[in-house]
Amino acid sequence: MAKQIDFEKIERRARIRHRVSQGVIYALLVFWALMVLFPFYWMLLTSVKSYSTYNAEYVPKLYTLAPTLENYKYAFTTVALGKYFANTLIYTVVTTFVMVIVTVLAAFAFARLEFKGKNLVFVLFLALMMIPNELVIITNYVTITNLNLRNTFTGLILPSITSVFYIYLLKENFAQVPDELYYAAKVDNTSDMKYLFKVLIPVCRHTIITIVILKIIECWNSYVWPRLITDDESYFLVSNGIQTIRESGFGRENVPAMMAAVVSISVPLIVLFLIFHKKIMAGVARGGTKG
Amino acid sequence: MMEKNNLKGWLYLLPAILFLGFFLVYPLIDVFIYSFEEGYNSASQTYFGTGLYNYSYVLHDPYFLQAVKNTFILVIITVPLSTGLALLISLGLNAIKPLRNVFQTVYFLPYVTNTLAVGLVFMILFKKTPYSDGLVNLLLQWFGGESIDFIDGPYWAKMFVLCFYTVWVVLPFKILILTSALASVGEQYYQAARVDGTRKNRMFLRITLPMISPSLFYLIITGFIGAFKAYSDSVALFGTDLNAAEMNTIVGYVYDMLYGNSGGYPSYASAAAILLFAIVLTITCINLLISKKHVHY
Repeated sequence: MAKQIDFEKIERRARIRHRVSQGVIYALLVFWALMVLFPFYWMLLTSVKSYSTYNAEYVPKLYTLAPTLENYKYAFTTVALGKYFANTLIYTVVTTFVMVIVTVLAAFAFARLEFKGKNLVFVLFLALMMIPNELVIITNYVTITNLNLRNTFTGLILPSITSVFYIYLLKENFAQVPDELYYAAKVDNTSDMKYLFKVLIPVCRHTIITIVILKIIECWNSYVWPRLITDDESYFLVSNGIQTIRESGFGRENVPAMMAAVVSISVPLIVLFLIFHKKIMAGVARGGTKG
Repeated sequence: MMEKNNLKGWLYLLPAILFLGFFLVYPLIDVFIYSFEEGYNSASQTYFGTGLYNYSYVLHDPYFLQAVKNTFILVIITVPLSTGLALLISLGLNAIKPLRNVFQTVYFLPYVTNTLAVGLVFMILFKKTPYSDGLVNLLLQWFGGESIDFIDGPYWAKMFVLCFYTVWVVLPFKILILTSALASVGEQYYQAARVDGTRKNRMFLRITLPMISPSLFYLIITGFIGAFKAYSDSVALFGTDLNAAEMNTIVGYVYDMLYGNSGGYPSYASAAAILLFAIVLTITCINLLISKKHVHY
């Protein structure tokens, strides 16, 4: 009988210990979630405070009772924010589109075609993945400058297209498609192009979508190359636009307008992320790198 | 059984080879050539000698030494800190069931946001202005501290903000990798350990840590590489004139040499970039040697 009570005591103690540890864990996780979300909340909050309200608050309030969209209007009219958006959109769409074509063709050649030197070229491609961007950007800058392509979309886009990693990712996926489908297509006298577009691409569409989304994120956030290659404001992308706004745009003091610009720039990607977060996270986990 | 068709294969590869050749292979070779050409002038494309002068110039440039110092401090602080924090958070995520996916999604959010845009928010939070001390300083005062200008103030305050923001930016990727590594550790190992009455911290040291060690070392290696290439975080916080703010990084130095106020010297930029690459390569090799001893595959 005495032993029975002992067991109950141990069990109860274990249960309490479990609850306490779960509580501590949740507290830690909530704390970090707040750390992550707070800057987003702050930019949103500041962007809807009016200029006078913001500057009058020595101790900034954590909420506002009179939200206004004035700052957004101001941000889009005083600075060419709309132009930066359009530029970024063109840059992102064209770069991603060309990248997908180049990647699909190369991945198909590696996965399905037989030719002399294929394996050697593939190994060379893999080796290229290790070249840091910082090394090659110098010559690219000189090349583009000498070709008189500074402040053009061509100059912005051309060097941004290459992505060896995506070729590798897609090649792996193409290779998983059973050979039988290819032979069946061959028997039916289907051309390679038709097989690629009617069979391979639809079957592997998930990987292609992942690649597209990752490339869009990369393009939207790119800063270094556009900064080097454009000094004419009519070719600025959003990152460069933000930097200009920071240094001269609204006069350093107009923080609410600045935050309105920051919110506008962040929203498209956050929406994209909320829709595709599973695909994006799976794609990055499979080999994206950053940080 | 697959037909050999040499021409067709190369034709499909042609666009990729052209792009990679022009913008990756050729520049890689060229950057070494630049770095040995003395007095290269990008306007007339002439130079008056070859040798090691560019390297010597860069190594004696106080701005470069400042950039190297900043970069090393940043690496030494943020790599262990972010990896440790990511491990802690991932272990926490692994230990809960309800809301796990929500937390995971929230933690990943900084990955998709524009570094420069969010950096501006951090600047606002830390900056001291005539009309407000900024939220962080108010918190400091509330806890009885002195307010500091983190953006234009003392060196260590600026370094603190840079490290803080860097950790904030790199954590999403690390948390993602570690949570998927933790999720793939088989439940049967823990069950077996529990039958043997193994204590929790022993289970962590003997099962969890060895099982996730490949991912952990992958993160440490890529973390070192990424931190050595730090640049846009610093620009976001301190503006484009990083030399004036004493917050330049090696990559920043390369770009400044190429373009910007002091720009127009691709040779110096190349020499600095190659020095950076040599540092990164050395550190990565050391990391790989250490990991061979400690990682269980």
